[in-house]
Amino acid sequence: MSDGVDHSKRRTLTIAAGAAGGVGAAFTAVPFVASMLPSAKAQAAGAPVEIDISRMEPGQRITAEWRGKPVWVIRRTKEQLKGLDDIVPYLRDPNSELPMQPDYAENAYRSIREEFVVLVGICTHLGCSPTFRPEVIAADLGEEWRGGFFCPCHGSKFDLAGRVFNGVPAPKNLEIPRHKFISDTVILVGADDQGVA
Amino acid sequence: MKKLMIAILMMALPALGMAAGSSIPLLSANIDLDDKESLQRGATIFVNNCLNCHSAHYMRYNRMSEDLGISESDLKAMMFTTDRVGDTMKVALDPKEAKSWFGTVPPDLTVIERFRGADWLYTYFLSFYKDDSRPFGVNNLLFKDVGMPHALTGMQGLADPIYKDVTLPDGTIIQVVDGISQPAGGSMSVPDYEESVRDLVGFMVYMAEPAKLVRYDLGWKVIAFLIFLTFLLYLLKKEYWRDIH
Amino acid sequence: MKNKILEWVDDRFPLTKTFNEHLGQYYVPKNFNMWYFFGSLAIMMLVIQIVSGIFLTMNYKPDGLSAFGSVEYIMRDVEWGWLIRYMHSTGASFFFIVIYLHMFRGLLYGSYKKPRELVWMIGVGIFLLLMAEAFMGYLLPWGQMSYWGAQVIISLFGAVPFIGPELALWIRGDFVVADATLNRFFAFHVIAAPLVLLGLVVVHITALHEVGSNNPDGIDIKKDKDENGIPRDGIPFHPYYTVKDAFGASLFLIFFCAVMFFWPEGGGYFIEAPNFVPADPLKTPDHIAPVWYFTPFYTILRAIPSIAGSPFPGVVAMGASTLIFLLLPWLDRSPVKSIRYRSTTFKLWVTMFVIVFFILGYLGTKAPSPVFNIIGQICTVLYFAFFVCMPWYTKNEKCKPVPERVTNK
Repeated sequence: MSDGVDHSKRRTLTIAAGAAGGVGAAFTAVPFVASMLPSAKAQAAGAPVEIDISRMEPGQRITAEWRGKPVWVIRRTKEQLKGLDDIVPYLRDPNSELPMQPDYAENAYRSIREEFVVLVGICTHLGCSPTFRPEVIAADLGEEWRGGFFCPCHGSKFDLAGRVFNGVPAPKNLEIPRHKFISDTVILVGADDQGVA
Repeated sequence: MKKLMIAILMMALPALGMAAGSSIPLLSANIDLDDKESLQRGATIFVNNCLNCHSAHYMRYNRMSEDLGISESDLKAMMFTTDRVGDTMKVALDPKEAKSWFGTVPPDLTVIERFRGADWLYTYFLSFYKDDSRPFGVNNLLFKDVGMPHALTGMQGLADPIYKDVTLPDGTIIQVVDGISQPAGGSMSVPDYEESVRDLVGFMVYMAEPAKLVRYDLGWKVIAFLIFLTFLLYLLKKEYWRDIH
Repeated sequence: MKNKILEWVDDRFPLTKTFNEHLGQYYVPKNFNMWYFFGSLAIMMLVIQIVSGIFLTMNYKPDGLSAFGSVEYIMRDVEWGWLIRYMHSTGASFFFIVIYLHMFRGLLYGSYKKPRELVWMIGVGIFLLLMAEAFMGYLLPWGQMSYWGAQVIISLFGAVPFIGPELALWIRGDFVVADATLNRFFAFHVIAAPLVLLGLVVVHITALHEVGSNNPDGIDIKKDKDENGIPRDGIPFHPYYTVKDAFGASLFLIFFCAVMFFWPEGGGYFIEAPNFVPADPLKTPDHIAPVWYFTPFYTILRAIPSIAGSPFPGVVAMGASTLIFLLLPWLDRSPVKSIRYRSTTFKLWVTMFVIVFFILGYLGTKAPSPVFNIIGQICTVLYFAFFVCMPWYTKNEKCKPVPERVTNK
């Protein structure tokens, strides 16, 4: 082509147009990417759920559904609470150091009120739902057993605070969802004073 | 089968009869979607008067409260106690019961504005008149023999028809409704009622397409950007095409 | 580093070779005007439709009970769903605007004439398939217009002698347009037709690049090559036409976005108001009009009177009015391609055709009336006359002399 071409101007314009086009393309991508997030319908279906605990006996567990997942509330007996201390040497993360719970559940009982623990009932290994084994002595689960959860899929064991045992496939404690007591007898799962999960 | 098909074709293709609807001129609704307070008032009128029989089952309560700035307590007051904020505006009326009552299931109103248009709705709410021959004692100038009662009678009152004589080709004279009188017996003055209807129709415009609240603003930004990009590309094109003689 | 990678790829895949064949060393006449934007714009529209369509498919439900609701779900509950949906609905109309202008360009500059007959015919094939694609897509929102539009058009197949009723039944898969129809139209709309469309577009461009582009002067630039075998009036597509088409695309997008954001219903022509009422097999809307891009052909259908109670002649005429484009390369017998150098007679015929096409389009949106029917019939005759009389009015056409080299107008 003929000489006298201002190459630097050409390069500048190419870069400017390319950059502007790139920015435009990036903004165009936003609606498409965002459209794959949970819709208003899914969010409405996944809204916080209220669980009535007024009729729970000590030692009882109830299961609710939140965002399609099982959520357990366990009312632990005095004996079971004591068992949580005994079991500590056998646990992988007894002090709940991994971020599997809101900070208000980062204590020895992993709960707001000692008795009531709220857990997402899904094994942290591969997503099965563990079986509730509240008995303090269970022949098949070893001497140290003080009540807890046993995952039938790969044999992971958790105590009654959802803390994982050493030497089982599951790597982390059971998740504790955001929750709060909206009264003495009702727990709201999925939201707390800091906001909605 | 063939006959049916031909019948359908005949119906659709050379159907000489025009739309059956009435042909009174439409009033102008003059909706302003930026007037959030008007939309809020409209939402209240809608929930209190329309939602008893009609559903709006694509509209979520929480979406409405976010878009129109309705507080949570006001929202709860508007909803059925069994509803959750994320629910859509369903109706308590059982469709079977509705059918026996009205002769038809009252249509869902979520997107009705996009079918009828704001002006049509506005005119419709101002065109009810007393007609004892109808099951609910009312008729409508715009929607002849409408199958619903005048839900806003309490606000507007009820107008009487004004008749005029029409001579048929065979010489008989019949009376036809030509207009309606000033309504009487309502809780509102005429201008107040018109304002309330405007609120209601404004809300129905919003409800038919909530994205309307955002798409204009975004549109200006996108177009401004594209004009800038087009200008850059024009310069680029011009620069390259200096080579071509 | 960049060169090393390119070399590595080129040893295994003809990347550079393909790039040069179709862009870098593909020589294109330098005198394209704005009419030549519409080819690349059509590709852009196809991409927009495919991408927005894929994302709509993620939330749309091809089910008679939930289709209408799923569209409203997209419009409200899906984040940005309204934008994606409007992109697709506005895109459909703009696709046809682009295609009609692209075809008109071919008519203006004789782009269908030898040696580009196949390019043209494949293009007509794309146009026909696009109409089928749009028709099936229009059923999916499952509103009143979707439903009754489909009912009427499918019933046309019922007018075919002997096998008609069975044919229509087979297309619907039920005794009326129903869930089965919706489901199969969905399958055709989202995968079958787009696959074939993409294939045809590749063939269209391959054929074009074999013979080279025409231009507003209708001159064959390959006849005049320099010592290196490069056409003197040709310039490489890249970078010259890539930057020019990018500019055209951006300019076009301004119009596209203006409609998409401010006027998505297109005054009731792009999204028809009765389609906001869910499909009701028991109640026909007061007035059924197809979407605007079908209306010229729809008027032709209506203009032909039934014979012995059968609307089949109208169906044949409608089919012929689209298929007749295929014959254009042989109907036009003028030695000159571009309208710039053709006779006033030809220009008048083309002008008449454009006016007639618009009138037919307008009438198709209106409810029939005796006056409209007569106008429609006259226009139908003129529409076909444009093609049928073409061999005569182009045979001994008095053309102006065509220059040796392209002009820069």
